[in-house]
Amino acid sequence: MKKALEQKLGLVDMLEIKCPYCGDRSQNEFSYGGDATVKRPELNSEVNDLEWDSFVYYRDNPRGKHLELWHHISGCRQWFKVHRNTATHEIIQTLEMQEDL
Amino acid sequence: MQNYRTKNGGKIQRDRKISFIFNGKTYFGYKGDTLASALLANGVHLIGRSFKYHRPRGIIAAGVEDANGKVQLFKDNITEPNVNVTEVELVKGLKIESQNCWPSVSFDVWAINNFLNRFFPAGFYYKTFMWPKSFWYKVYEPIIRKAAGMGTASLKPDPDRYEHQYEHCDILVVGSGPSGISSALAAAKNGARVILAEDKSRFGGSLLIDNVTIGNKNGDEWVEEAIAELKSMPNVIIRKRSQVFGYYDHNMLVMFERCKDHLDDPEAYTPRQRLWYIRAKQVILSTGSIERPLVFANNDRPGIMLASSAKEYLKVYGVLAGKKPIIFTNNDTAYETAIEYKNQGMNPIIIDTRNDSEAGIVNEAKKIGIQIKFSYGIANTTGYKKVRSVTVGKLNSNKDGYTNLEEIKCDSVFVSGNWTPTVHLASQSGNKLRYDSNSDTFLPNQSRQKETVIGSANGSMTLEKSLKEGFETGFTLSDAITKNNIPTSIPISDERQYGHHDKFWCMPLPGKKHYKRFVDFQNDVAVSDIQLAVQEGFRSIEHVKRYTTLGMATDQGKTSNLNGLQLVSDLEKKIVPEVGHTTFRPPYTSVTIGTIIGREVGKNYKATRKSPMHKWHEQHEAIFVDAGLWLRPRYYKNNNETLHEASKREALNVRKNVGVCDVTSLGKIDIKGKDSAEFLNRIYTNAFLKLPIGKARYGVMLREDGMVFDDGTTTRISENNFHMTTTTAQAANVLTHLEYYLQIVWPELDVAVVSTTEQWAGTSVAGPKSRLLLSKIFPDEDLSNEALPFMGYKEFKFKNTIARIFRISFSGELAYEINVMSDFGELMWKEIISLGKEFNIQPYGTEALSTLRIEMGHVAGSEIDGRTMAYDLSLEGMLSQKKDFIGKRSLGRKAFTEEGREKIVGIVPIDKKTSIPEGSQIVKDANVSLPIPKLGYVSASCWSVEFDNPFSLAIIKDGKNRIGEKLYAVSPLKNISIPVEVVSQHYVDPEGKRVRS
Repeated sequence: MKKALEQKLGLVDMLEIKCPYCGDRSQNEFSYGGDATVKRPELNSEVNDLEWDSFVYYRDNPRGKHLELWHHISGCRQWFKVHRNTATHEIIQTLEMQEDL
Repeated sequence: MQNYRTKNGGKIQRDRKISFIFNGKTYFGYKGDTLASALLANGVHLIGRSFKYHRPRGIIAAGVEDANGKVQLFKDNITEPNVNVTEVELVKGLKIESQNCWPSVSFDVWAINNFLNRFFPAGFYYKTFMWPKSFWYKVYEPIIRKAAGMGTASLKPDPDRYEHQYEHCDILVVGSGPSGISSALAAAKNGARVILAEDKSRFGGSLLIDNVTIGNKNGDEWVEEAIAELKSMPNVIIRKRSQVFGYYDHNMLVMFERCKDHLDDPEAYTPRQRLWYIRAKQVILSTGSIERPLVFANNDRPGIMLASSAKEYLKVYGVLAGKKPIIFTNNDTAYETAIEYKNQGMNPIIIDTRNDSEAGIVNEAKKIGIQIKFSYGIANTTGYKKVRSVTVGKLNSNKDGYTNLEEIKCDSVFVSGNWTPTVHLASQSGNKLRYDSNSDTFLPNQSRQKETVIGSANGSMTLEKSLKEGFETGFTLSDAITKNNIPTSIPISDERQYGHHDKFWCMPLPGKKHYKRFVDFQNDVAVSDIQLAVQEGFRSIEHVKRYTTLGMATDQGKTSNLNGLQLVSDLEKKIVPEVGHTTFRPPYTSVTIGTIIGREVGKNYKATRKSPMHKWHEQHEAIFVDAGLWLRPRYYKNNNETLHEASKREALNVRKNVGVCDVTSLGKIDIKGKDSAEFLNRIYTNAFLKLPIGKARYGVMLREDGMVFDDGTTTRISENNFHMTTTTAQAANVLTHLEYYLQIVWPELDVAVVSTTEQWAGTSVAGPKSRLLLSKIFPDEDLSNEALPFMGYKEFKFKNTIARIFRISFSGELAYEINVMSDFGELMWKEIISLGKEFNIQPYGTEALSTLRIEMGHVAGSEIDGRTMAYDLSLEGMLSQKKDFIGKRSLGRKAFTEEGREKIVGIVPIDKKTSIPEGSQIVKDANVSLPIPKLGYVSASCWSVEFDNPFSLAIIKDGKNRIGEKLYAVSPLKNISIPVEVVSQHYVDPEGKRVRS
């Protein structure tokens, strides 16, 4: 309830995001999924503590360009990558999961 | 008597007289008036009292920039506080009252603050009320609130409707002055989809009040024709009473439109206000400029207003803001107001701080015999409830003192300290403003988003330049989008010529007097407050703002910011750009909470999900509970039963006979594809690869950090098709989780997932007689323990459809979950109820369901709360040692493997009577001094129907070694301390015989 009201009052859903499958859509159809460059260690592989903690917990918080995951939850339900400037909110590019910058 | 109304002129409808009540007295105005113009027409200037000193205050402007005209508004038994009289249009039935005064605006006891003002310096809140500390809540705060309050909010629900609307356009034009209209015309004629927004009730901006011609027409006639043309074009949306108040990223702007309050007889469902989210390819900001006041001693008396506003009241509303006006200016634009008043037969006197002016308009004023005092300033004013006289003096050469002081009687003072471009929206969009030392203002600089500022908002103060910028910008921006290449020619215009303004705006005090010279009227910030703040060491303009509250009132400093800024730079001996400006934030003007919330109130606040059996529940006295968006029966009320009595009856009936529960809200996910088993094997902590077809398995999922995420059963329907169930609360999150791994981590797996929660209606039939009941529903099927064992799955024919039968149990009893397609849900439910009569079937709700699972020791959402790991919940047996799975790598963390970790247990009060509140803390000894070291907490409580005494689940440190210990459940807030005994979490049927029976 509190979150919903804050969102309303903050009017935060301002981004226009180009879903690679559906086209330009308003931010309120999407949910954010964090750093897209994080790669999960393979199952059944030997992973040391630092590698594992880096995957689970440690994230950069860059001011500037950031490759991130978004999920079109109220649309096609596809995950995809967004190359976004965290300082200006400019979206430079959106990509399907298998595409690279 | 509207004594201050001119005989004719203005844009009001003089044939439509409307009455209104101000502070108990009835007045009249005309259709087309604002409350402000109607009050002024009746000679009423005193509107309210100031915030801190309770000084009498009047209207200073004609638009949103007005700082003083806040009133409490009453209409149709509704009241609204802090309404601006310059923005409310006159309709029948309005009643307004002054705020912030007691007992009345004419005699206000708090005006004593004015004489105690040396006790209320800048930052007085921080200085005065610090001691003793305990006085703040009981003494200081209530007094301050009473003395400094604004209006009173209504406690009743808002009866009005508000709407939201989304719109896309090529070009949004904000403001309908000369540059706005011309850019909209040029863009629309070139084929662009245009939205033109105007905040006032009339289009035209300065063209309504300035004496100009465009293409041989008067300014206002040109506006009328241009607006008519725009309205006739299908590619144009044109809205007045619409304030664009926020400029967000990706060129999204937010606007509110006033739809209802100005209507005399609105239709039933007319929304009061409408919020527009506008996504524009290009934005043209033609937001105009606001006149600045001059700062001088006692410059806040009612009757002192901006010169351009006085002109607006005259030209638009036919109202004289005074009959003996003094015009006080440091520039040429105020001369037009003087000439207009002279033409009305008044004898205005102009006080001009400059030595002289070469501008044509000054000569025009001289020619018609207006008295002008050059090099003069206003040293002081008199008059309590309305200005009565001004003391003017000749400024000495340094402009820091006066000679030749003389008093002039007057009834109004119209001031002009030059113009401030309205750059708020440009700044919100990210435009880094630049300081222009010619005009002493901040002007737009480099655009960050797709916005272009034109007209006087861009510092283009002449009509000719505004029109040129408007037509050219409208064409250029539209042509980049439409490529139609249809330019519109710029009409020839004629206007008065103005010269330079005086870079002098803050008058010295006469002699050694300590009169207040106000900078911010609404928050009572005077020159002396800003001086004090700088003297006390506040340097940043942001700090000075917060310490003095300069520009922090509801008008957000529209008339005061620049004057305050220049004062700070003078005091710090810096130039203005070094001091910088405070941040412009949305909203530009006050916006009602109703508009922001829109239709999402009451039952529309969120979506409501109902099962196909909902109607039956309603007809059978179900009391519902929110479960996320779902409405679920909490219990079925028989006669005057309480929740406790009903849930006990329902739960006991499940243990003794048979009950039926609607479990539709449980999340259901259909999983298909040849790698489905492999996928589930990675997602769940336990093995799924070899789950046989026709078998269900309980599964636990972890997050990557090792915490338990969700649990549920998953059934193998066929080789490559699984049916997963999740908890009601986590259904959406689990689907997202699965999609994450399928699409990002293991895209090579051939698996598809889809939510089928709403496709299947689910009922749970539980109790020792459930097999008997099922054999009545499906008389042709073999329901023996061998044919359909615990965790077995079958598909039976039901009517014309297939019923999916899962032999799973949450209650711990012999139980079956029956899924049918949603359309058959109600039919199935009724069949179960009617065939179950002979077995004494009763429906049961979530409360009984809770009781049943708690006394069985099954975990649910109150235990799987994202902070517990498998061991804590006694689910460590579910963690496969033979395979890797999501989150497994985290389980080796030190804290997870520590001896004495928290573990789930059961607890029973020693007296077997006292119920233990959920959330109570478990401690070893309740009788030691606080803080008591805690062992854990109670996660869920019920009244055990099996043993007829209270029973709770708790998660406590070293729980596995504490069975049999005597501890205390305490809740210091509720002053509760209950001796308890630790028992097994499995209070009933610990061997699990019943589910297998």
